Amino acid sequence: MITIKGLKKVYPAKHQDVLAVDNLNLEVSKGEIFGVIGYSGAGKSTFIRLLNRLEDPTEGQIYIDGKEISAMGKQQLRKSRQEIGMIFQHFNLLWSRTVRDNIAFPLEIAGISKGKRRARVDELIELVGLKGREDAYPSQLSGGQKQRVGIARALANNPKVLLCDEATSALDPDTTDAILRLLVDINEKLGLTIILITHEMHVIRKICHRVAVMESGRVAEQGDVLDVFLHPQQQVTKRFVEQVMGDKDQEESLHLLENYQNGKVARLHFVGETTNQALISQVSKQFDVAVNILQGKITQTQKGAYGTLFVHMEGSDEEIARAIAFIKTTSVEVEVDADAE
Amino acid sequence: MLSELFPNVKMEDIWTAIGETFYMTLISLAGTIVLGILLGLLLFLTAKGGLWQNKILNFLAAGLVNIFRAIPFIILILLLFPFTDFLIGTIRGPKAALPALIIGSAPFYARLVEIGLKEVDKGVVEAAKAMGAKTHTIIFKVLIPESMPALVSGITVTAIALIGYTAVAGVIGAGGLGDFAYFYGFQRHDFDVVFVCTVLIVIIVFIFQFIGDYIANKLDKR
Ligand SMILES: Nc1ncnc2c1ncn2[C@@H]1O[C@H](COP(=O)(O)OP(=O)(O)O)[C@@H](O)[C@H]1O
Ligand SMILES: [Mg+2]
Repeated sequence: MITIKGLKKVYPAKHQDVLAVDNLNLEVSKGEIFGVIGYSGAGKSTFIRLLNRLEDPTEGQIYIDGKEISAMGKQQLRKSRQEIGMIFQHFNLLWSRTVRDNIAFPLEIAGISKGKRRARVDELIELVGLKGREDAYPSQLSGGQKQRVGIARALANNPKVLLCDEATSALDPDTTDAILRLLVDINEKLGLTIILITHEMHVIRKICHRVAVMESGRVAEQGDVLDVFLHPQQQVTKRFVEQVMGDKDQEESLHLLENYQNGKVARLHFVGETTNQALISQVSKQFDVAVNILQGKITQTQKGAYGTLFVHMEGSDEEIARAIAFIKTTSVEVEVDADAE
Repeated sequence: MLSELFPNVKMEDIWTAIGETFYMTLISLAGTIVLGILLGLLLFLTAKGGLWQNKILNFLAAGLVNIFRAIPFIILILLLFPFTDFLIGTIRGPKAALPALIIGSAPFYARLVEIGLKEVDKGVVEAAKAMGAKTHTIIFKVLIPESMPALVSGITVTAIALIGYTAVAGVIGAGGLGDFAYFYGFQRHDFDVVFVCTVLIVIIVFIFQFIGDYIANKLDKR
């Protein structure tokens, strides 16, 4: 759906030019929610603005749906932009227009007749859950509602791609979740390809299928969200994963065993689990062992639960061994730390 | 009672003068708005980072604005005599004051327009670009509506300055309340006439200010 080859953007400056995006190569498939994460100044905004040519690339090619955006003339570019929706951190709504007229704006640009505009706007208002607020002005809306208007506006001309630049960064956590759910909903309902930029790992975790980690204008690492969570390679990525999961090494350094005279401490790794979420209760029912959860963190991603649990199992050695053997038959990985003797 | 207080004030002449002041103010205001918005847009669009970024055009527009703003109004009237004579066919009367009034205040309003346009959220312009808007769509559907309260406040300020200019133009025979105060009041030493004209001008200014503020407030949905 989107192919990016050798993309580069240099901002000329007096003393030293700023290399905002450096030799970036990416491939985004149709219907995918692709996340780009990085710290402030990593070049994320520049990257996403290159995609619809709000910035002109210094070098490289961008193809969206088979068309080379980077080679287009002005007029062709305007047409293509109508098929690329974009939403912004600060919403960028026209304060002088009502919700309805804000959403109608891209339709006016596309030259849609008044009657059709009205019908389409009604559909969109329904889709983003803003019924009853049609005639409000942006200043009368909450942040979440403003972003809903932004999303409705971005979807007005049935785009194939939706670009989101820090779309939830100005919102509180609950509103962020609601907006993210709406994006997933749209992605599933309309089969829309979404490119989403953020500096928050939990946003990636909640809705993205694949992720690229950006650092100093380059992609440091990319892959399936789960893989990146499980096996972060680069230092930046590890730090982002810690944002969500906490620091692994610190957990391991805890002396979990000291308090237990008998039984075994085991570490259970949930890796994209969807089927074994009731594992603990299953084990304690089927085997004569008591399972105490000591600590851990499980988090939900688009591809299921992911995380680690430390449990302490009490019971006879044989029974514990059988229980562990059972766990090994599931897709949950288990490591037995040590005997607590 | 009034005729005792102001023995030299003839109401019908005053009405004529008020009519002339309104005529000059409103017609020149219309001309100023059109010319000022065009010039203001030109200043804004050709500036660095603007939609029509163009150093030379911006330099010329800014130069024109600065020069005409630097010329004192009374001198501008004198300077424009030949032009006015050519255009209107006379240099006397309310009509003859119009070219000087418009040329004198349009650059001033242009600067106010430019300031108003600069305050439009860049993100909104960017959003319109991202939707595939043409430049004229951005001008007429984003820049102008989004800066409307500032444009209207600017019109109010300009209109009030124009009322002042019409009084100055009156001294060289343009008609209106300024003319009336000078020729029938000052020169004949009938200071009651000067006083009445002053009060009327102040009232007219207040009316413009009130209407302008009301409209600007109504328009502002921020
Ligand atoms: N218009 C611009 N002119 C000059 N430098 C810019 C411009 N936009 C961004 N930059 C620089 O490019 C780098 C990347 O910025 P940006 O893409 O905004 O990063 P991010 O969105 O990841 O925070 C920064 O060093 C920034 O200062
Ligand atoms: Mg950014």
